[in-house]
Parts: sequence; structure tokens; C-alpha cells
Amino acid sequence: MNAIVDTATAPTSTAEIIAHCQALFDDLNFTAARAWKNAVPGRKVVGFLPVYAPLELIHAAGCLPLGLFGGGDRMEVIHGDAYYQSYICRIPRSTVELGVTGRLDFVDGMIFPFVCDVIRNLSGMWKIMFPNVWSKFFDTPQNFDPEIGGRYYAAELQELREGLQALTGRTISDDDIRRSIALYNDNRRLVRAVYDFRARTPWKAPTSEVYLLMRAGLMMEVEEHNRLLSAYLAAAEAEDRPKRDNVRIAVYGSFCEQPPLNLIKSVEMAGCYVVEDDYALVNRFLTEDVPVEGDPIAALARAYIETSVETSCKYVPREEDKGKFHIEQVKKARAEGVIYATPSFCDPALLDRPMICRRLTEAGIPHIAFKYAENSGQMQPIREQAGTFADSLKLWS
Amino acid sequence: MSEAVKEPSMLLQKEMIAKNYDAITSKHQSGRKVSSTFVPGNLNELLASFGILNNLPEINAIQNGMRKLSGDYILEAEKSGHSEDVCTYVKADIGMMGKGNIAPNGKPFPDPDVLLLSYTGCYTFMKWFELLREEYKCPTLMLHVPYEGDGHSTKNMRDYIVSQLKEVIIPGLEQVSGVKFDIDRLREALRNSAKAEDDLVWVLEQGKRTPSPIDAYFGGVYYIGPIFTAFRGTPEAIAYYQALRKEVQARIDAGVGPVTPDGSNFSDQKYRLVVEGPPNWTSFRDFWKMFYDEGAVVVASSYTKVGGMYDLGFRHDPDHPLESLADYCLGCYTNRNLPTRVDILTKYVEDYQADGLLINSIKSCNSFSAGQLMIMKEVERRTSKPGAFIETDLVDPRYFSAANVKNRLESYFQMIEQKRRGAARAA
Ligand code: SF4
Ligand code: SF4
Repeated sequence: MNAIVDTATAPTSTAEIIAHCQALFDDLNFTAARAWKNAVPGRKVVGFLPVYAPLELIHAAGCLPLGLFGGGDRMEVIHGDAYYQSYICRIPRSTVELGVTGRLDFVDGMIFPFVCDVIRNLSGMWKIMFPNVWSKFFDTPQNFDPEIGGRYYAAELQELREGLQALTGRTISDDDIRRSIALYNDNRRLVRAVYDFRARTPWKAPTSEVYLLMRAGLMMEVEEHNRLLSAYLAAAEAEDRPKRDNVRIAVYGSFCEQPPLNLIKSVEMAGCYVVEDDYALVNRFLTEDVPVEGDPIAALARAYIETSVETSCKYVPREEDKGKFHIEQVKKARAEGVIYATPSFCDPALLDRPMICRRLTEAGIPHIAFKYAENSGQMQPIREQAGTFADSLKLWS
Repeated sequence: MSEAVKEPSMLLQKEMIAKNYDAITSKHQSGRKVSSTFVPGNLNELLASFGILNNLPEINAIQNGMRKLSGDYILEAEKSGHSEDVCTYVKADIGMMGKGNIAPNGKPFPDPDVLLLSYTGCYTFMKWFELLREEYKCPTLMLHVPYEGDGHSTKNMRDYIVSQLKEVIIPGLEQVSGVKFDIDRLREALRNSAKAEDDLVWVLEQGKRTPSPIDAYFGGVYYIGPIFTAFRGTPEAIAYYQALRKEVQARIDAGVGPVTPDGSNFSDQKYRLVVEGPPNWTSFRDFWKMFYDEGAVVVASSYTKVGGMYDLGFRHDPDHPLESLADYCLGCYTNRNLPTRVDILTKYVEDYQADGLLINSIKSCNSFSAGQLMIMKEVERRTSKPGAFIETDLVDPRYFSAANVKNRLESYFQMIEQKRRGAARAA
């Protein structure tokens, strides 16, 4: 397969790797994905929105899964605002902007996974706006019994498989899916390795870098991302970087609309090492390997049911389990505090916030909260808030 | 403001709702169990077959909105850490708890015995009950109803709901109530439901007449009261809809319009509207007055379909009890995808010979509101009738600007006039 990065001349220092990722991240015309598509006749690109889509199926169909996480702060939203009232978050309007300005005109299919009613309704808008694009609302189960939710989900995956087959005109065999699962298992392992490395030595893998590395990974072939992750790990380990007297924090609430990169940097500049986060969760939504033996659809369904993360788009069946995942992650990453950073008007994050924060309080984990928009410009207040939080953590530790 | 004049059916409904509140607040005396559950996709017949009472937090929020209590409740919830950005029904509910949890009959609400999370058409429901669960520590039964994202339901969705009913909901309700599931009791209730549904549909369809003998939005929220709340499946609901039907028939015979809260028959109807979105409750009467003062009657609305789209043909079916509950949940208005909502509203504008579509966009409610601007444009395009957009909230008085709403409505009516003049000139 054609790689987006030529491995013969692949970057080997963290600076080069991150510069490459930043270029992909900044390019709202998706030139690299367009080039991938044009390289071989008949290739198709399938876009997907947050929070989770089974990328293995898209990959098994021979398509490029293209992560669409809004327009960030680099795109002026002109048309998108006409589609949404002021009290709705930013990501749907910038996604519409990407669509109506032709930036997604090469995208053959769109998957709108369940996260909330905004993205749910956006899936229908897409059908009206772009009737020639195959678009699918992808509902994940809220019942986690393998015999009930698992069975339903396996049939939904099968329907998605059939949709992709119709889109591409090719049969997706079980072996195709198994091969994709194996590659995504490698990806999950490498992704985990990078996050573990960051948690161990955050001064060597700043979150602003790790974030770009992960976001860029959602715009390239998984094989390529795997090479990039390995290269980054090797380079970051080899490089010597100064260790600062920063506090270690986790960031939650940012799983859908993404904060501007400047916000991520500002939190770091305010004296925080982010050692755990839920930015662009899709590549760690499943926390363990998916079995490559047996029925691959059943394996993907089971993995979702049994080993997916706790996040706001999922129901937590037992009250006592609420927030448990977050607390365990905080402990595992040895974070000293949590910043609950949510997009304005984000129902999932904001309705969850009091519950998660209460659990954090009960567990003795200090936390603060603030809201952002993907196009927030003024970073000073956030820097001050994060700085004060960092100071207070230092004082009490 | 003087006491609002009510149609006899409205008074009957008031009595029914009061009776249900009395049954809920006297649960300790009667020994009956109480569930909290939501309006869209509610399983009233099933709950009743276990003898479980039904308390609906949205209805409580509406009651508190109309009684002007919700503003304080919302502030109370915001003080305790709930975001100003989220649905005000949730905050009105949580704030009410913080202020003693007093029911509209002045007595304290007892804690529910079960939270039946019928998760149909709205994400917020899921978090709302996760929040309540923290307070009540009672069993919570989740019924996940998949969204009709591709514009239709599938066998897989239906099977999924039925298996949740069989494996989770029914055993859970048996446990809470101590009553064994009796499918024949359920069938009987579903038979009752279908009868009431027939009459409700008849009433709503009278909006096609000129003058319209009903107001399908402001009056409509009364008409749907019993069937959307605790009475679907009961003989009382059958009796209510028979009475309502007679009342509407009498107006048809007299050639008059619906009764307004001022007591007059609203027969001089200059504008016929289809309305999308829930109403504002804190200024309900003022809001309504802005319409009839200008001669605007609502002939059809989507809000009266959130608890079931009976006008599209669905009826609860005693011969397929669980499957029919599944189909009911799947088909509620906000569980339909956006293109389907456009189709439905377009059809209403055409079938009810409306002058256009008015959207009341609710700040609280992403389920309804996200995408409504596009709905308006599409319906305008397909019907060639002008649309209009106003913004209010359900129960947060801070987001009801009377002057703004009135201005927008007036311009809308002018636009309709212009359109008519244009059409007359062209003819
Ligand atoms: S940012 Fe929040 S409200 Fe907006 S689409 Fe994403 S999950 Fe939904
Ligand atoms: S978001 Fe809308 S549908 Fe959901 S509970 Fe609030 S008002 Fe009801």
C-alpha cells in the first residue's frame, strides 16, 4: 500500500515527526488523504466523527478511515453558523463548514457514531446536504450483556460491513477483518506504549506532541501510523530533554469537540504535565487486544462490550462503577489532579461533570473545571486557572 | 391575570393528573410502588400490569414551570454545580429535590422504587437518571432504544428492544413489585391504549378543518396529557378521549374554533401554522395569547408526537405485546432522523393546508433543536411556504423574551400576508 510518509526518508527525530504530524493536522484540505485516494483508482475514503467507530471494518474494506474532529481554531466558520443556533457546540458547525466549502468533496462515506443528539442529528443533515455520499449513523449499545447488547451490536457491525461492501463494491471477508484487527491491535499496543511512556517521563513526551501524533494517526493508514509511533517512541526515548518542576494532571471531558492546540500547550506552559487525557479517544477506546481468532465480528462486538473505556456517551449500568475508570486511570498515571475541560454546550461532558467530579472528590483527587470552544482564542484565563491549580497542587503535595 | 378559562376536557384532565399525584404521594399508605420514567417511549401499560405507579419528571418540570417555581429550582441546581448549558428539565428536577421535593399537590414526593430509563430519542435521559440514581440509590432499569438513523427501524433494533424487555425490564419490574408478569394483563392494557389512540388521532386530524376546532399546540398539550403520562392503557384514558372527541365534534357542529384561556371561541383564524418543537412553559399563557391575538391557530405540531406518532398509523397491538412496545418506542418523534422529520413536517404543512412552519427552538433541547434551521429551510423549499424561527426555553424564565418573540411572530405574519398578496397577484 502507498504510504503517506515515505519510510525510506521517514523522519527520525521527535521534532521531524511532530512537524510532519503538525502539517497533516493543519491541513484542512486533507491533501495527504486526497493523494492517498488518487494514488490507486477506485480507492475510497470514509470519514468518521468522534467518539468511537470500528476502524477495522473501514480498513478491511480497503478504505482510508479519516478522522474528522471539527475545524479547530484555524478555520473561519462562515456558512456553518447559519445551520446552528448559538447554544449548540462548535464541532457540528465546523464540520458542516468543511462539507459545504468542498474540503470533504473527496470523501465517499461518512460515519456518525453515537455520542449525543447533536452528532446524531448531524448524520441526518448530511444525508440531506450530500445525498450522494454514503452516510451512516452508527449506534452502539447501552446494554452491556453479551447476549443482548453484544448480539445487537454484532448485527449492527454486520450492517456496517454490508454498507461498506456496497460502497466499495468488494466483499469484505472474515480474513480481511482479522488482518485489520491484527494491525489495529498493533496500533493499540503502540498507542498505549506512547501514553505509558508519557506517564512515566512526561518531559520527554509533551502532550502537545503526543496529541499531534495521535490526531495525525487518524488521517493516515494504520500501517503508517504504527511506523510513526514506533519511530516517535525510539526518538523520544533517545532524546534528552529537561525535566521541569511541573505537576502531573489528567484532563477529562474533551472526548468530542477538541480544544485548540494552543489550549493544550497553555495547560503545559502553566506548569502541568498532562499524564492522562481523553482527547480523541478513538484509538484507545478498546483497552485490550481484540482476538484475531474466531468470528471477527463477534470479537469486535465483545471487545466493545467488555473492554471499552468509560466515557460520557456510554451508560454506566451500576452506580458504584460511575467514575471508577477515571479514578483508576488517574492512579495508574500517578496524576495529582484533574482538569475537567469541556466544550461549551456539550451535554454529555457537562451532565457527567458533577458525577465524575463528585467521585474525584470522594477519592481525594483535586480537580478544577473550565469550558472551551474549538476556536477559543484567549488563552490567558486558562493559563491562569491551570497555573493556580498547579500551584495549589504543589502546595498540598 | 384572570383565571384561565378551560374546556371541560381540560378540567377532566386536571383531575386525572391530580389523582395520579395523590396516588404517588400516598404510596406509603397504599403500599403501591412508584417508578420514575420518561414520556417518550414510556412503558405505562407494562408498569400498570405490575401495579406500579408512574411519575414522570418532565411532567413535574412542566408543572413547576407553569407554576413559576422552575426558575428558582434551576438556580438551585446551578449553585450545586450543574452547568448553565444543560437541559433545564434536569435542573428543574434536581433543584426541586434540593428544595424539599414537593409535588404539585403540596405533599412531599416519596422516593421512587425504580427508575425506568426508557431511553428513547434523547441523550439527556441517560444522564438524568444516572444523576437521580445517585440520590435515590434505587434500582435503575435501562431500556436502550436505538435511533432510527437511516430513517427506518430494523429487525435487529426491534429484537434488541424485545430481548431487553424480556431479560432486563420485566424481571426487574417483577422484583421491584413482587408481582409476577401477566401477559394477559398487558394485552388488556394495550387494547385500551389502541382505543384511546384512535380517538386522539381523530381529534388531532380535525386540525385539517377550516376553521380548525382545535389548537394543535397550545390546546394540543392538553389533549396529549392523559395518553402521554400515566393513563395510557387505562379505562380512564378511553373515557377522556371519548369526552374530548365529543367536545371537538360539538365545536365542529357549531362551526367554531377552540376555546382560548380568555374564554372566547377562537373562530376568526387568519393564519394556520404548523409548529415544530416544545412550547415554553413559564409564560405559556402569554405565549399562546401572542398567537390568537394575531389570529394564528396551530393546526398541527410535532410536540404532540413525542410520546408516539399515532397519526402515522401506529397502534399498540395486544396480539404482539412486546413487539408493539418496541415499535412504539422506536417510532416516537425525536427518535426519527432529520430527513424523516422534514418529511413529516412537510406533509403536515400540506395536509393541514398551513401557511407555513414555525419553529420554536428550545435552548435546552439538543434532541429537538440541533438541525432545526435546516429543517426550516428544507420545509420552506419543499412547500414554498414561508418558515419562521423563534427561540425560547422550556422552564427557564431567563430565556423567554416576550418582546422578541412577539416581534418575530408579527414579522412572520406580515411575511405570510405578503406571500398571499403575491399569490393573489399571480393568479
Ligand atoms: S461536543 Fe459534546 S455536545 Fe457537541 S457534538 Fe460533541 S458530544 Fe455532542
Ligand atoms: S433534552 Fe429535550 S428531550 Fe431531552 S429531556 Fe431535555 S427537553 Fe426532553
